[in-house]
Amino acid sequence: MSDLMSMDSARSEFFAGVKAELPILLGVIPFGLIYGVLAINEAHLPPEVAIAMSSIVFAGSSQMIGQQLMGVGTPGIVIVMTTFVVNLRHALYSASTAPYIKHLRPLWKWLLAYLLTDEAYAVSISHYSENDSALTHKHWYFLGAGLALWSTWQLSTIVGVLAGAQVPESWALDFTLALTFIALVVPRLKDRPSIAAAVSAGIVAVIAFNWPYKLGLMLAALVGIVVGMALENRSLRSIASLVDQLPIDPSS
Amino acid sequence: MNYWLIIFGMGFVTFGTRLLPIVLLERIEIPFVIQRALRFVPPAVLSAIILPELVLRDGALDLSLGNARLIAGVIAALVAWRTKNVVLTIAIGMIALWVLSAIVR
Repeated sequence: MSDLMSMDSARSEFFAGVKAELPILLGVIPFGLIYGVLAINEAHLPPEVAIAMSSIVFAGSSQMIGQQLMGVGTPGIVIVMTTFVVNLRHALYSASTAPYIKHLRPLWKWLLAYLLTDEAYAVSISHYSENDSALTHKHWYFLGAGLALWSTWQLSTIVGVLAGAQVPESWALDFTLALTFIALVVPRLKDRPSIAAAVSAGIVAVIAFNWPYKLGLMLAALVGIVVGMALENRSLRSIASLVDQLPIDPSS
Repeated sequence: MNYWLIIFGMGFVTFGTRLLPIVLLERIEIPFVIQRALRFVPPAVLSAIILPELVLRDGALDLSLGNARLIAGVIAALVAWRTKNVVLTIAIGMIALWVLSAIVR
């Protein structure tokens, strides 16, 4: 492949990633605005701190909890530990992305890890698991999705902090997040283990929804993974026993 | 200044959580068990985020037809299943939510 073609394909992957992220942004904007408004009006953080948190931390749920805790004067170490627990699910995203970005240079890995949010992960992992093309340029798709989300988050935070602007709740734009995830997950539920993983994780998430620090979400994810694997084990075993029962020797 | 210390601490643990597994899994051949587990991360985590959004209203379980988000979510899931089209799924889901909320109210 010539360098020119390669650049072309990197660019088209990048913009495909941006495009895939666009619908999610509709749900992210109100969230960023609310964060900005609350950080100023409720927690009384200095504007520059509230704005800087969006690029230094860059994690919506943690920032939301962080500004609340700072507002009531919680000790810093407690806030940092809380952030760690709230973000545990990102370790799952990171592990699940790892095989696909293994071949990249360290700088790329650091950059993509920084951009690894719920929203960027959902879109990128779907793209990675499509078998339509080689891995060569898929990290550009990830980068496009990540940067689109990053800049939207920064801008909506700043507007929330400086202008106190909010989107009317009746527009229910936050629902686009759930809808995007539905659009990404449902077509992938093709085999019984995946369906069981999704259903069991969903049920546990509902039951444990009120657990603090998103621990319910973490437990739900782990239960889903274990259930999926257990079911897959069972079907692997039944295939193995079928092979055993074959009248002919499969190795011949 | 205390604020700055806190947000840098928050940033450090967040970035660490996102980077560490990538770095740890970089040099080793990922064991088969882990590979199989990782396949279930997207359906498990994403549906764990979705389902509470659909069935909980103000923290309480609401499986009635009056729960506009639940019905809109089910419609969206059908669209996603039939078409695999993300934009169409979101568009129809949002329209369904707005129409249902207007009716229910």
